[in-house]
Amino acid sequence: MCLAVPMQLEEITGDRGIVTIGGAKREIGLNLLPDARKGDFVLVHAGFAIQKIDEKEARETIELFREMERLA
Amino acid sequence: MQMTDHFNDIITLAHGGGGLLSQQLVDEIFVPAFSNVYLAPLGDSAMVRAGRETLAFTTDSFTVDPLFFPGGDIGRLAVCGTVNDLAVSGADPKFLSAGMIIEEGLPVSTLGRIVRSMKTAADQAGVSIVTGDTKVVEKGKGDGIFINTSGVGIVRGGLVYSTSNIAPGDRIIVNGPLGNHGMAVMTAREGFGFSSTIDSDVAPLNGLIRAMQKTGADIHMMRDATRGGAATVLNEIASAAGVTIEVDEPAVPVSEPVRGACELLGFDPLYVANEGVIVVFAAPGHAGSLVEEMRRHPFGTQSAVIGTVKDRSGGMVVLRTTIGSSRILDMLTGEMLPRIC
Amino acid sequence: MKYIDEFRRKEPVQALLRSITDCSAGYSAEAPMTFMEVCGTHTMTIARSGIRAMLPPSVRLISGPGCPVCVTPNAFIDHAVELARRSDSIITTFGDMMRVPGSRSSLSMERASGSDIRVVTSALDALDLAKKNSGRPVVFLGVGFETTAPTIAASLYMARQEHISNFFVLSAHKTMPPPMDMLSRGSIAIHGYLCPGHVSAVIGADAYRFLPEKYGIACVVAGFEPLDILQSIAMLAKQVRENRPGVEIAYTRAVTRQGNYAARAMMEKVFDPCDSEWRGLGVIPGSGLALSPTYAAFDAGARFSVTVPPPQEHKGCRCGDVLQATIIPSQCGLFGTVCTPASPAGPCMVSTEGTCAAYYKYLRHREAGPLPV
Repeated sequence: MCLAVPMQLEEITGDRGIVTIGGAKREIGLNLLPDARKGDFVLVHAGFAIQKIDEKEARETIELFREMERLA
Repeated sequence: MQMTDHFNDIITLAHGGGGLLSQQLVDEIFVPAFSNVYLAPLGDSAMVRAGRETLAFTTDSFTVDPLFFPGGDIGRLAVCGTVNDLAVSGADPKFLSAGMIIEEGLPVSTLGRIVRSMKTAADQAGVSIVTGDTKVVEKGKGDGIFINTSGVGIVRGGLVYSTSNIAPGDRIIVNGPLGNHGMAVMTAREGFGFSSTIDSDVAPLNGLIRAMQKTGADIHMMRDATRGGAATVLNEIASAAGVTIEVDEPAVPVSEPVRGACELLGFDPLYVANEGVIVVFAAPGHAGSLVEEMRRHPFGTQSAVIGTVKDRSGGMVVLRTTIGSSRILDMLTGEMLPRIC
Repeated sequence: MKYIDEFRRKEPVQALLRSITDCSAGYSAEAPMTFMEVCGTHTMTIARSGIRAMLPPSVRLISGPGCPVCVTPNAFIDHAVELARRSDSIITTFGDMMRVPGSRSSLSMERASGSDIRVVTSALDALDLAKKNSGRPVVFLGVGFETTAPTIAASLYMARQEHISNFFVLSAHKTMPPPMDMLSRGSIAIHGYLCPGHVSAVIGADAYRFLPEKYGIACVVAGFEPLDILQSIAMLAKQVRENRPGVEIAYTRAVTRQGNYAARAMMEKVFDPCDSEWRGLGVIPGSGLALSPTYAAFDAGARFSVTVPPPQEHKGCRCGDVLQATIIPSQCGLFGTVCTPASPAGPCMVSTEGTCAAYYKYLRHREAGPLPV
């Protein structure tokens, strides 16, 4: 466990939000991530956002991998 | 009583999924009972003789929930499914029958919409629906409507598509992106909680196939990839032909929306149902020009070579992954269910 | 797809494999550097991405009890089956549980026999169903670790706020660090753990500190894409090589040292820790989650008295041994013969991320030699 997908938060209405990936949209609960903001990328599991994706860290990891290719 | 014994006592939804359990039903119940030379090849259509003509004869039954989904409906499915089974057998589809089992309570207007859709699909395919039957069952005993279509086509000019033609080096081609139909239907169902822009790819492919035949390319085998997806068809063919097939994962066309929807539910697009995809085995020298010709047709614009037949070492399908490793692409077992793990 | 595709590319693979090979140079196929993953999704993604075959023989990846479906005892399925047989119940469950065999039946077989059992992708869907069917009890089967438990907690919280009296949960939830503690004291030499990335997103990386501190075992919190996993193995190998076991986060885009406080608070509001039976491992104290007294009215176990016959394991089923990594699936006498994905004898085979299922799908052909391509 566990299947969780990084999706972008498009809309917030109270404690529910609409997230999207590649055109697929889903309504989820935001109770576990009360500080989530529109535009954030969040990890979605079992109908809830369980954590925010740290985009700066994501970019750094991606850059790390690219660096590896360059050295190879 | 052991669990494993009991598993074989009743038919479950898994038996209808198109994978291993469906295959078991065919092998253990139907074939032994019906046993004859026309059935034996277990092709998409049976080849029968009528005087000097060879006719292709096939049947398919359709049950789908919901009846109307983005890109199509059960009527269109019923016509295209049978037309395609005939066309991939190398036949020119001509005549269809339509048997309806309708659940009490279905609005007449709904039946009308379905039937009109069947006519539109039949016109698009150039076939006629020449006979039919209607039964009504009690409320609760049918999913709105079940449709069976049987079809007859004429096999011209000694065209024989068969797994026995397949040879090492053959290229494997698909005419378009995978997984659209299955995900379109999933989206339209209540309870899976997500919406998308995915349309079913349901389409009659006899026109495309005729254009492919006109190129004179050396086509060895083709099959439509319906339930169980492309992976199931490839496994069936690898097994029947006794060859090892390699699929190049990065080369497999899948649309963004389908990829997203599959990630959400934990599905693999290679196993998701299609209704407008054919898997074609062609001699290596001809694959390139065949794909070019296919791309000129509205139902083949994203045609691509996705794999190769490696050798006669056994009936297995190997996937070369996006990270360059290899793994087996096995048969599906049971229904694909949305998962959280 | 953003934040997915970038982690599935093949170009960095060679560099990562080189690093893993270099760091494990002092080890061999007979005495390999051994890393255990304790997350069913890791089991499956490792198998699907073909990573094992790429690793040097000096590194061995083993699977622990990380599949929440696999570690759920037979008795839970049996209980769910009895609840399903009540004439008015609607049983809701994640798809993962449908085909898991209980002692005598499974949810999938009960559905085929007429029970109202529905697959949902969220406990919220089950709550919605309860609101739409106010005359019928809707029971949700709560399975999963700390990634999933907060979502059930939130749904129960909402049910209580909104006074939904026909929504119930049968909890089999478990927590992850306890079995890692147990396995670290066990008979298998584990040099490092690939820690479950999404459980960690909730509980935080600090939850694993006791492992290097108490046992000297390396820990890396790993994501789920192929590059994430390779990177994590490389980091583990480096920790072991440099003899500096600690807790490192590879999955930095989703995991912090503290985790998700709001999610943990929600879990604590609704659940209390309890002793829990892990299939094959026995009872691990404090490793389960039970509905707290405040939420007793929603507890399906307390609310409905059903008679559950004593549980029965399939003779010869060795899921327990597989879950502790004392054997590999092919060493189970039932593997591939009596027990196959089409007719599974135990949960490790039927679960989409069970070790035996992964082995059957992806690895059994390898026993006969390397892949022909």
